Amino acid sequence: MNRREFLSLSALGGAASLALVAEPGPAAATAVPTSASIVIVGAGAAGTALANRLARRLDGAKITIIDPRREHLYQPGLTLVATGLKPASYVVSDTARWLPDGVTWLPERVAAVDAEAKTVSTQGGQTLSYDWLVLAPGLVLDNEAIEGFSLDLVGQNGIGALYAGPEYAARTWSAASAFTREGGVGIFTRPATEMKCAGAPLKHTFLVDDIARRAGNAGKVEMIYAAPQEALFSVPIVSEKVRMLLEDRRIGTQMQRTLTAIDPGARRATFATGNGTEEIDYDYIHVIQPQRAPDFVRQSGLSWADKWVDQGWVEVDRQTLRHLRYPDVFALGDVAGVPKGKTAASVKWQVPVVEDHLVAAIAGGEGTATYDGYTSCPMITRIGRAMLVEFDYNNDLVPSFPGVIAPLEELWISWLMKEVALKATYNAMLRGRA
Amino acid sequence: MKDLTVSTLIAVFEEIFGRGVFWTMVTVAALVTLAYVYVLVRDRSVSWRKFLLAQLSMPVGAVAAVWFVMVMTHSQLSDIGGPIDVIVLLAVAVLGAVGMAILVYTLESLLGSTRTERRLDP
Ligand SMILES: Cc1cc2nc3c(=O)[nH]c(=O)nc-3n(C[C@H](O)[C@H](O)[C@H](O)COP(=O)(O)OP(=O)(O)OC[C@H]3O[C@@H](n4cnc5c(N)ncnc54)[C@H](O)[C@@H]3O)c2cc1C
Repeated sequence: MNRREFLSLSALGGAASLALVAEPGPAAATAVPTSASIVIVGAGAAGTALANRLARRLDGAKITIIDPRREHLYQPGLTLVATGLKPASYVVSDTARWLPDGVTWLPERVAAVDAEAKTVSTQGGQTLSYDWLVLAPGLVLDNEAIEGFSLDLVGQNGIGALYAGPEYAARTWSAASAFTREGGVGIFTRPATEMKCAGAPLKHTFLVDDIARRAGNAGKVEMIYAAPQEALFSVPIVSEKVRMLLEDRRIGTQMQRTLTAIDPGARRATFATGNGTEEIDYDYIHVIQPQRAPDFVRQSGLSWADKWVDQGWVEVDRQTLRHLRYPDVFALGDVAGVPKGKTAASVKWQVPVVEDHLVAAIAGGEGTATYDGYTSCPMITRIGRAMLVEFDYNNDLVPSFPGVIAPLEELWISWLMKEVALKATYNAMLRGRA
Repeated sequence: MKDLTVSTLIAVFEEIFGRGVFWTMVTVAALVTLAYVYVLVRDRSVSWRKFLLAQLSMPVGAVAAVWFVMVMTHSQLSDIGGPIDVIVLLAVAVLGAVGMAILVYTLESLLGSTRTERRLDP
């Protein structure tokens, strides 16, 4: 036995132990003392992440988070549930599990905000006054906007609607899997409004196509992607790539088609086109409901008056997320009236911005952090591959790993990010640690 | 991804495996490494016979690690789409191979077997 062999074996041990070396995290900044009362509406991705961060940054603040929902939903997982890759339980956890000590959770639904009097009232009749208000109630799905559609139809007669929650995502899979076995015409729709995770309609399309292919049924299915917009994706360079992918998979496109009605018995969908209507018979249809701000936001006069008038997103500065008329009000997450965003990845970049401005204002200063519109959606193109598409307000691509993970390439590593790392990163974000 | 620090990475791994399983895995890896260092120091030299067996086990470790990752992530080898994918795949294989080699070498040293005992040494 010589020294060289000894060294090579030691090096093996060294490589294995390298993975275990950990640096301590950044030292927590000293907490700002205050007696301010802060109300956060919504304990979803954005509200929970902010509550955890504020609890650490402020000392003595009275922080109340209001949300009637006892179950927290990891919504990016719905895409995987709707194609049978994960069970419905994959997306569900307890709201309480994520909330820090020192934050009061009020399990009620907010009915109104009076931004002049600085109060929030709940459906249960409670009224809370606030010094600072953060609106993070997400968005609502407008089921009624599509004539003939209702949630109890999901899973039967070839109707899918994965946005509606874990149970409906699972029922979507039973309708979609029947389609991948039996074949026919599949229509994959998208609403005309702004929507959360604008890549999700395409992901469902690509996944269903892949599953049909793997079952040897590529010849039996006719796939149609139908959308109200003119472009396949809002970012031009991504749109071109998506066009090539759809062509490669022989998925047809019908642009400027807005789904207005379905006839579940006849399996017929009606679309508004630029100059009339058109009917298409289907064997499977994936419905994504139009999306709007919750009613209380619009009724409380917090929405933009001249933009998205049918949708009611909160009127905030696109860089600071601060309300343009009420400086003590912020909006975070899907409800914010900014041109990009509406993904959990955006929330991750928005939360530190609001935290910065809120804490600075409480300390008597002015925050400096800004949100540049960062939006990301791992665009699954088949089981095992995805594109890590990341962009900002300017439609510029802003890759997190430039030169390493190519944004417009179908890669296994990008799939791993969605399959394995995304939920973990999301949960770490909820705890205010990422 | 906003910022990728070691503490973020640890948080992410804790979430992937669950806090308990993750730290158990870390502990097991640390114990095996410690035991490995212990036998190296104890024996003051490396047994070529044990090293040979450890080396022979490496391909098994590599294949097992790749198989495990593929099954856990609904993937297939045909999903490899670019250079970074090849690098990740090789890294998984190397980790599996090295881990297996260390484990086999350490077990051999600790439990011993007549085949690899130092019969030839004076
Ligand atoms: C199918 C699908 C796939 C997605 N895929 C991805 C992806 O791959 N990557 C990604 O980054 N993002 C993805 N997203 C988007 C992401 O899930 C959302 O952008 C994110 O959850 C937004 O966080 P939020 O806090 O604004 O809203 P939510 O997480 O929806 O939370 C809002 C909370 O407010 C509560 N609330 C509502 N109204 C009231 C009220 N009146 N009073 C009190 N509380 C109220 C609700 O109960 C809820 O708990 C996807 C979403 C869907 C649906």
